[in-house]
Order: sequence, then C-alpha cells, then structure tokens
Amino acid sequence: MGAQLRVYKRRIRSVTATKKITKAMEMIAASRVVKAQRKVAASTPYARELTRAVTAVGTGSNTKHPLTTEADSPSRAAVLLLTSDRGLAGAFNSNAIKAAEQLTERLERAGRQVDTYIVGRRGLAHYNFRERKVAESFAGFTDEPTYADAKKVAAPLIEAIEKDTAEGGVDELHIVYTEFVSMMTQTAVDSRLLPLSLEEVAQESTTKDEILPLYDFEPSAEDVLDALLPRYVESRIYNALLQSAASKHAATRRAMKSATDNAGELINTLSRLANAARQAEITQEISEIVGGASALADANAGSDN
Amino acid sequence: MAAELHVALVAADREVWSGEATLVVARTTSGDIGVMPGHQPLLGVLESGPVTIRTSDGGTVVAAVHGGFISFADNKLSLLAEVAELSDEIDVHRAERKLEQAKAEGDAHAERRADVRLRAAAGR
Repeated sequence: MGAQLRVYKRRIRSVTATKKITKAMEMIAASRVVKAQRKVAASTPYARELTRAVTAVGTGSNTKHPLTTEADSPSRAAVLLLTSDRGLAGAFNSNAIKAAEQLTERLERAGRQVDTYIVGRRGLAHYNFRERKVAESFAGFTDEPTYADAKKVAAPLIEAIEKDTAEGGVDELHIVYTEFVSMMTQTAVDSRLLPLSLEEVAQESTTKDEILPLYDFEPSAEDVLDALLPRYVESRIYNALLQSAASKHAATRRAMKSATDNAGELINTLSRLANAARQAEITQEISEIVGGASALADANAGSDN
Repeated sequence: MAAELHVALVAADREVWSGEATLVVARTTSGDIGVMPGHQPLLGVLESGPVTIRTSDGGTVVAAVHGGFISFADNKLSLLAEVAELSDEIDVHRAERKLEQAKAEGDAHAERRADVRLRAAAGR
C-alpha cells in the first residue's frame, strides 16, 4: 500500500471515531433537552400563582415596599449572568456573556456602578481571564438546577438589594439568561427583576378582562409582600436557570449535530481522495508493467534480427 | 351537589395535588384558618405545618407544607410552598430518624421540618 493511501486511511479512522463521539453527545443532549423542558413546564404553576399573588398585593394595596419602589437616583445595580459549566454548545455562552456586557455598558453609561454575579464556570472563566471583578459566583449545577440551587443564588442578591446603597447594597437587580424559544432558537435576554414594575407583572399574569379581587391579607399586606417578594425573586431565578439549562442542551445538540454532519462530509471527501490515490497507484503499476513489457518486447525484437 | 372549591397544592418544582374540596385547613402566621367555598378573597403567609384538605368525595388529604402562601379567590384556592409533600409520600421512619438526628445536633430548622412531616403523616 502506498504512503499516500495509508495517510488517508488513518485520517478516515480518526474522523470516524470523532463522529461516533459527537453523535453520542448529540443524542445525550437531545434527551436532556426534553427532560429540562419538562422541568420548566413543571415549575410553571408555582411561578404563575406566585406572580398572580404579587400582582394582587401590589395592585390591591397601597403598600410601599423597598423592593417595588424605585430609588430616586439609582447608583448601583447588580447583574446576574447565567452561563453553563461546560462548553461544546456553540455560541451559547458567548451570546449570554455578550448580552451581559452590553447591559453592563448601558447601565454604566446611565451612571450606575455594576456588581456582577455569575452562574456557571464558563462565564466566570471569561471574567477572570479579563481580570474583571466578580461579586460572587456559583457553579456545579447548571446542567440540572434544583430549587435549592436557585435559593442559593438568590440569597446574596436579595441581601444586597435589602441593604442600603451606602453600605454596599444595590438599587436594581438585572438578570441575563438564555431564553428557550424552541429547539432551534434560543436567545440571550436581559430583564430587570427588581425593583418590580407591577404593570409589567400584571400584564404577564392576567388576561385582559380579568379583574383581580380585593384580597384580605393575612396577617397584613406588608407582611405578605415581605414574605412574597423574596420567593418571587427565587422563583424567577429558578425559571431562568431551568430555561438556561434547556437552552444549553439544545445548543449542544445543535453544535454536535453539525459536528457529526461535518465529520460525515469529511469522511466522504477523504474516502474519495483515498479511492483516487488507490486508483492512481494501480494505474501507475499497470503502466509500469506495460512499459516494462514493451521495453522487453522491443529488446527481444532487436536481438532476433 | 354541595358547594366545592378547587384546590391546587403547588411546590416550586411540581404540582403536588389538585382537585375539588369542601374544606381546607392551613396554618398561617396568625393562626389556623379554615377555608370553605365562597370564602372572601384571601392571601396569607403559611407557617410550616400540616395542611388538611377535605375532598368532595369525603376523603381527606394531608400534606406537609414548609412555608409558603395561601391564596383564595373565585372558589379557587392555591397553596404555594417551596417544599410540599403529601402524607402518603412521607417516609415515617426516615422522618423519625431525621428528627432524632436534628435533636442531637441541635439543628432547630431540621427538627421543625421533621416534626411537620411526622405530624402530617400522623394525620392521614
């Protein structure tokens, strides 16, 4: 076997092995997307009821709560960025990071000082490499986040927003995550969690004609709101974590699918090249034999005379 | 047909129970409250404790609820809890073990959680 042919054969073998791996990863990601989507759906009733309750207290009483009132001159803001622990997901992480950077820039231009909180090793690595300050980071659960994880992430954020701005607290809380639109589309979005704008929440939770009843609050509207808002933040963060996880798996699936397709194409090209090399080798051998034979025949013909 | 109210017991990551009921008793921060069909719209903060639901077919559902909210309007009652378990799902032996362990370690939080579980399991 010729040297050229051997090189092609070896490359085909290695690409075939890679293709098997990416195919397996694609299938794993596909099954995880379904699981993650199911979790998003399972968390929806809680989020919906909680949003309804927040709207009810917010619109049904004249309570002023630090978490719903905007500061006169907001000077500090917290940004929570959700990325994944592992890569191999195409542009998933870089899109989320880019969205966070744009948001940070926008906030800074508006005169706010930004504290960054990060979920996921990828985002943390990006910020550490650029030596940017990170207020707090969390990792290790982005593939399958639980409600306890969401609570863990929310705790320092709620603490920061309840503190006075002068003592290192923040006035606003923004979250950047990747919204799961469909299997093919995931978009990085940013939204302001706090202070809550009740009109927006009301729009989300109620249909047009529905009028919220006048609730009796037990023990009082203030206490209910006090207890409700941290849970609301946690549930929003939980929802964002779940969507981000589903998006990550979908992105991995897509990235691995195109890797598998590319490997297939590469194998095709390489086999064609290998076939051509084999054919060229055979042709060369034949022409060598034919050339040798005719040279021999010519020599014999010469000696006959 | 007797008046009924629709109950949804929802935990953060799943819907635990839903169905029709005639009476729901839960513990709010200011005391036990019983809700029957036609109750005034209500929104309250729940204490950790067992919640008793009398279903319209005469049965009783008991659940352990660890903090959360109760909201009632339009004959629809929602119980929102970060963690909620039906009494059938509770492993009594495990809860007893946890209770002892929590007592030994002086972990008031875990002790209360185990206690609520046991009380809910006893009420079934």
